[in-house]
Amino acid sequence: MALQSQDILRRSASPTQPPVAREHKIEVAKLIDVTTCIGCKACQVACAEWNDLRDEIGSNVGVYDNPADLSAQTWTVMRYNEVEENGKLEWLIRKDGCMHCADPGCLKACPSPGAIIQYANGIVDFQSEHCIGCGYCISGCPFDVPRLSQKDNKVYKCTLCSDRVMVGQEPACVKTCPTGAIRFGSKEDMTAFAGERVEDLKTRGFPNAGLYDPAGVGGTHVMYVLHHADKPGLYSGLRKNPTISPVVKLWKGLLKPLATIGFAAAGLFGFLHYIGVGPNRPDDDDGEDQA
Amino acid sequence: MSREKLIVRYNAAERINHWLVALCFVLLALSGLALFYPAFFWLTGIFGTPQLARIIHPFVGVLMFVGFLRQFFRYWHHNLINAEDIKWMKSVGSVLRGYEVGDIGKYNGGQKGLFWLMCVCLLALLASGIVIWRPYFSPSFPIPLIRVALLTHAVAAVLLIAGIIVHIYAAIWVKGTIRAMVEGVVTYGWAKKHHPRWFREMTGQSGAKEPR
Repeated sequence: MALQSQDILRRSASPTQPPVAREHKIEVAKLIDVTTCIGCKACQVACAEWNDLRDEIGSNVGVYDNPADLSAQTWTVMRYNEVEENGKLEWLIRKDGCMHCADPGCLKACPSPGAIIQYANGIVDFQSEHCIGCGYCISGCPFDVPRLSQKDNKVYKCTLCSDRVMVGQEPACVKTCPTGAIRFGSKEDMTAFAGERVEDLKTRGFPNAGLYDPAGVGGTHVMYVLHHADKPGLYSGLRKNPTISPVVKLWKGLLKPLATIGFAAAGLFGFLHYIGVGPNRPDDDDGEDQA
Repeated sequence: MSREKLIVRYNAAERINHWLVALCFVLLALSGLALFYPAFFWLTGIFGTPQLARIIHPFVGVLMFVGFLRQFFRYWHHNLINAEDIKWMKSVGSVLRGYEVGDIGKYNGGQKGLFWLMCVCLLALLASGIVIWRPYFSPSFPIPLIRVALLTHAVAAVLLIAGIIVHIYAAIWVKGTIRAMVEGVVTYGWAKKHHPRWFREMTGQSGAKEPR
């Protein structure tokens, strides 16, 4: 049996309480300061190295983005975007990957008990041996992050290096970042540090600088410092107010009790009707008529 | 027993067709409910393992659709709703108290309503099922559409299962009905009582009693 963390806040498709004996953990966060990122992709390499991932060698598509997208073997990618803001060209680079939502859409959508868990420290982790390959998490995610492997039909994404964090280390991408643009610590400390960065940016010509910690998904455990927090879309389509889709909420929420009431009503009606009214037989039957 | 007067209601091909669709339905409903209700996840065991259930469910779904399509072409023209059916539907309360309403043909208003409900549900299940079918078809569709398809699939399945509960109960309640789909025959008395117009068409006789 795998090592048990016993600090599980939420477990997919599990109506009863998961083990929480050690839930007194500090909430962690990875802070990505987009304003000090130089786009070197060392974090991509460190991620592949620590997690022992080997994506297929891709081809140059004419832009810096390489690989072009997340995959089952690429859990983080740098996304590059050129925009003109305040009459100046800006090269905005965002490290994309799982945001580790406090209210994870993937976990809400997952039908397999224990295939997705959320630790007390906020990390949302896939337990691949329980994954059935239905891809519901892909539809549940507001950030388009999980990727289904062609090889084994399991879904993969950033684990926030849960194995490293569990033993007191920072994630591999944080460890390797040469400019200190990626930091890791308690969510409280990271929020406070981000506040200092935002104040600094505001004095340096970025009045709309801010912290990206979207409330629509309960906040995230991967946060960004953005120069243009009012326009997150500039950063390769980062969503402004991400939430779990209302369609997913309806499917995973209201529909279940409605269906239960419907099935129960149909079954109960049949039972009571048969007991109350009795069977319907031809009154002048020509012969034996028992089915 | 040999004096029993019988009418053939379903031939062997129709019966086999029906029970093939019914078997598919049971497998699909159980494995589908397993993915819908976390507490019933163990029902994926009907196909061996959860992963196998995820893999096999859609193929059985296609088989059910094909089987149902055959039934659709067999029965659609018997299920066109007429004035007698409207009368039946409006008087469903007295029908449930055991009275017969209307000059009913091969099917009554309830059966016809259920037939069209099944048609709509099967079509919705097939269309949405293709959109959510991984790993083959889903990658071709945008995620917002997949979300709508997931909801549609669940809603259509709930309606179909509720409809089938009614279908099964009706067969249990109206004695002599299950025999029609197992042995293929019904008695004169059954046909006269529940489907008087169909009885006249099949036998050329007028029913002993005028329908209410």
